[in-house]
Amino acid sequence: MRLASRRWPMAKGNAVLVVDDEPPIRRFLRTSLAASDYRVVEADDAANAMRLLAAEKPDLVVLDLGLPDRSGLELIAEIRKTSTVPIVVLSARHDERSKVEALDLGADDYISKPFGMAELMARLRAALRHAFQAQGELPAFVSGDLTVDLVRRHVTREGQEVKLSPKEFDLLRHLVTHAGKVLTHRHLLREVWGPAQAEEVQYLRVFIRGLRQKLEPDPTRPTHILTELGVGYRLQLPPEQRA
Amino acid sequence: MAEREGRPSPEALLAAAKQEGRGRLKIFLGAAPGVGKTYEMLLSAQARRRDGVDVVVGIVETHGRRETEALLDGLEVVARQQDDYKGHLLAEMDLDAILKRRPQLVLVDELAHTNAPGSRHPKRYLDVEELIAAGIDVFTTLNIQHVESLNDVIARITRIRVRETVPDSILDQADDIEVVDLSPEDLTKRLREGKVYVPQQAERAIRHYFSTGNLTALRELALRRTAQRVDEQLLSHMREHAISGPWPAGERVLVCVSEAPATAGLIRYARRVADHVRAPWTAIYVETARTQRLGNAERDRIADFLRLAERLGASTITIPGRNIAEEVVAYSTSNNITQIVIGKSDRSRWFEMVHGSVVHELVRKTGQISVHVISADDSEAPPPKSVQTRPTVEPFRMEAYLGSIGFTGVALGIGLLIKQVIAVQSISLVFLTAVLASAIAWGLWPSMFTAVVSMLAYNFFFLPPIYTFTIADPENVLALFFFLVVAVIVSNVTARARSQIVTARSRAKTTAELYAFSRKVAGIGAVDDLLWATAFQISSMLNVRTVLLLPAKDGEGLDVVSGYPPEDHLDDADMAAARWTWEHNRAAGRGADTLPGGKRLFLPLRTGSGSVGVIGIDRDVPGPLLTPDERRLLDALCDQAAVAIERISLAKGLDEARVLAETERLRAALLTSISHDLRTPLASILGTVSSLRSFPEKYGATEREELLATLQDEAERLNRFVANLLDMTRLESGAIELKIEFIDVAEIIGSALQRAGNVLAGHRVEVEIEPGLPMLRLDAVLFEQVLFNLFDNAAKYSPAGSRIDLRAKRDGELVEIEVVDEGPGIPPADFERIFNKFYRVQAQDRRRAGTGLGLAICRGFVEALGGWIVARNRRDRSGAVLTIRMPVVPEIDAARQPAMAHG
Repeated sequence: MRLASRRWPMAKGNAVLVVDDEPPIRRFLRTSLAASDYRVVEADDAANAMRLLAAEKPDLVVLDLGLPDRSGLELIAEIRKTSTVPIVVLSARHDERSKVEALDLGADDYISKPFGMAELMARLRAALRHAFQAQGELPAFVSGDLTVDLVRRHVTREGQEVKLSPKEFDLLRHLVTHAGKVLTHRHLLREVWGPAQAEEVQYLRVFIRGLRQKLEPDPTRPTHILTELGVGYRLQLPPEQRA
Repeated sequence: MAEREGRPSPEALLAAAKQEGRGRLKIFLGAAPGVGKTYEMLLSAQARRRDGVDVVVGIVETHGRRETEALLDGLEVVARQQDDYKGHLLAEMDLDAILKRRPQLVLVDELAHTNAPGSRHPKRYLDVEELIAAGIDVFTTLNIQHVESLNDVIARITRIRVRETVPDSILDQADDIEVVDLSPEDLTKRLREGKVYVPQQAERAIRHYFSTGNLTALRELALRRTAQRVDEQLLSHMREHAISGPWPAGERVLVCVSEAPATAGLIRYARRVADHVRAPWTAIYVETARTQRLGNAERDRIADFLRLAERLGASTITIPGRNIAEEVVAYSTSNNITQIVIGKSDRSRWFEMVHGSVVHELVRKTGQISVHVISADDSEAPPPKSVQTRPTVEPFRMEAYLGSIGFTGVALGIGLLIKQVIAVQSISLVFLTAVLASAIAWGLWPSMFTAVVSMLAYNFFFLPPIYTFTIADPENVLALFFFLVVAVIVSNVTARARSQIVTARSRAKTTAELYAFSRKVAGIGAVDDLLWATAFQISSMLNVRTVLLLPAKDGEGLDVVSGYPPEDHLDDADMAAARWTWEHNRAAGRGADTLPGGKRLFLPLRTGSGSVGVIGIDRDVPGPLLTPDERRLLDALCDQAAVAIERISLAKGLDEARVLAETERLRAALLTSISHDLRTPLASILGTVSSLRSFPEKYGATEREELLATLQDEAERLNRFVANLLDMTRLESGAIELKIEFIDVAEIIGSALQRAGNVLAGHRVEVEIEPGLPMLRLDAVLFEQVLFNLFDNAAKYSPAGSRIDLRAKRDGELVEIEVVDEGPGIPPADFERIFNKFYRVQAQDRRRAGTGLGLAICRGFVEALGGWIVARNRRDRSGAVLTIRMPVVPEIDAARQPAMAHG
């Protein structure tokens, strides 16, 4: 089965819980999300968020980390006790520490304020998609000139086979299965190298550099494996799925 | 009716201002003990208490009088301080407890009391001054015989001199004086009834002190003194309110100070004269050649007299001169003195005929000026010194006398030799030479000794009959007599010349030392160095230990800032004395009036504009610390040091002012910049949005798209500016938390290029990264921001469509990253300045105007990461090159990489 041919459960009618204490942000999210056929539920603090989470059972949560009554990070931990609903965090630039922390606590993705709507929509779609296909593994990933066949462990660029070391392939496979979603350094290290190596970020960089040399047309301006500075890496979705 | 005209005199206003914040002093003045001062004070206090005033009893002596004790009822009494002094339990007023308790009014009995040794102040009136200064009202009692200026008058009337005196100034400070008056008959009656003293004592007292005559005189004095004070109050009221009145026309009193012990009485007399005519008065001392020959005790006395005069309200002046009378007259005429007070000479008529009399000369020469010639009472001891000084004693030197004998021996030898060769009559001249030599070498007494020995030797060896002390020829008796006379005169003259030379030398030495010191301190720019040099110089010149204290930075108390030998701590007693000195601008501690129990003597370091600090000195010798000469030298050194300290702190103040001005300038630049940079994009955004909302129908799809693009660009510009401001703030507040990791340079460059996509859209960007660059230890986020700002800068300052080069290469132990543009380049003068905050190269076209923060942030971040950044121009064509250099840190453990790659 080809990934490209599959029809994704798209946004139509999905309920999004927006948790933010700033009315202008809520207003602009409400308008934009409604325009993209999401059903929007709003909460201005953590208590309301928890109540609406139980009452409305949203498909997705957009959460601002700075809430008046308690920290957004605490809220993530609490949601994760009972629910696997995808969470996309709104965070401040330069606050890489909370971004990583939010992701480690179980958030699915983040986006730095200020952000463009297109970017947010892409993040939301990626988060939703992963929620729907969390069980099954993707057989193949096609993005531009890059093809990754996970079952046959076969990678081609512009039709040419690319030779990857076993570790490089493991890393790529992990990125592909979470395509479009940011993966923290810790997460990748733990999943690919095992818990003991979780802090050795520089190893990861060496391998990412290796992968880029082999997969990117211009390794200095990567288009597939994107760097999320201070947080981790993200495999760019194919353009048709981003839009 | 008083006519109001002019303005209040400045002095009056100053005095009134000084009064503000001070407590009020009320003195219950009595003519003699037993008139009921304490009773009256308690009565008033009770009345005040009933009015709701917070009254406490600081100290009240009831002497067991029952009516008085009854009046204490209901008043809070502050417990006395118990001092165990030499086995006696002395109970003194607890000044600190009162200051801590801070009542509105405190009762302090017997103002003239002398405190027990070891108390803060030796005298109770000093305690009272401190209470008033602290803003507490004081009621106190005083007998008229304790008033300083009346002291000798009363001693003459009663034949009893009272040792405990209070200065007149305290009466002048009093806001109120209440005379507690009792007729002599009533007082005597009370005494007889045993209401004042126990009966036997009373009987003796009545006979000696409380005679009706005495009491009447004392009573009159008390009333007159009070009347005088009331008069002054009226005057000062008139001055304050600018009421012109019948001022005494320009009376001025001058008192001549000499070393004679009677001068103290003279000064008090002058004070009374001045008070009487309500005139300012001056004490003058004329320093003549005679002064140089005075002993230290005399010189000290003169200084003390001048101080006494100052205490009594005179201004003092010392002028050098040859002739006392001439100088006094000259000063008097040039200062409009109307009355001169001078002591009657106790010298013999014979002495005056030889030396002339200052008094006679003065009376002859003064013309219009009245001269009061006062015979003062000699019985009085010299006043106590305010800072005791150590007498300098010329030590007895054995070698001088042995040497004198030696000289005589040599003269004898020569004389005998001459006698062998030729018979001359005037062998005595040889001995005279010995006397002269001795005077030059050792001074007066050894030379006198030589004169006597020579005379004996001359007689013994040369005057017939020789080898006996008898003289046969009467002519020789005469010769010998004149020999002695000449020898004594020669001794005197020579010794005087010698002592003048010695004095001159020591003066020259002092002057040279002072000069050296002032030159030394003048060259010092740092306070610490100056303090150290001061402490060292004073220690070594006076052979004392020195500490210097300056006011603490937080404004609370004093800090020991320097010392020689180094010292950084004072014990509590010394610290208290130092603080007192600082607060009151007067000497305290060892040998001074205040806190004499301290280990050190503290003196204020004063300049014309006030105190700058405190100096403390001590020395191992017991007794007073310094000789008068040393004290004078110390004063001079302290003055120098104070001026130097003030100079440096002024310079520092100037620097601070300059920094402040610079900061102000920056702040102004910041405001201008921020308001411009925030307003421009905001204006476009608001304008665009309002157009879109107001006239939606007017815009076609293309125009709409264009407006929206503007909107987004401007919002992004605003966002970048705010981000820059935040970065700058983080940088300046030190709030940046670095997360240093090994980072792939290529990865960061990629990330920055990606983020700068929009900014660089109008330019061609060429990236050239040397393969195999080592990883760098960096904070990825900060470094990306640096690169982003450099791209932004390059795009801003080079024409659209031009090329921007990014090159990264290794250069030895550095990695060099260059951003090269094709713009006009940077004026060489600006290579450094472009990294300053809010600095912008003057652009011809306004549209390039940036925030002026980008490069400043770059420098701040790069330096925080251990690298540096410089700017230059291209050599091949116009364009700027901004280069970052980062050090290469040994990379990760290479041995583990392959293992992982295949693991």
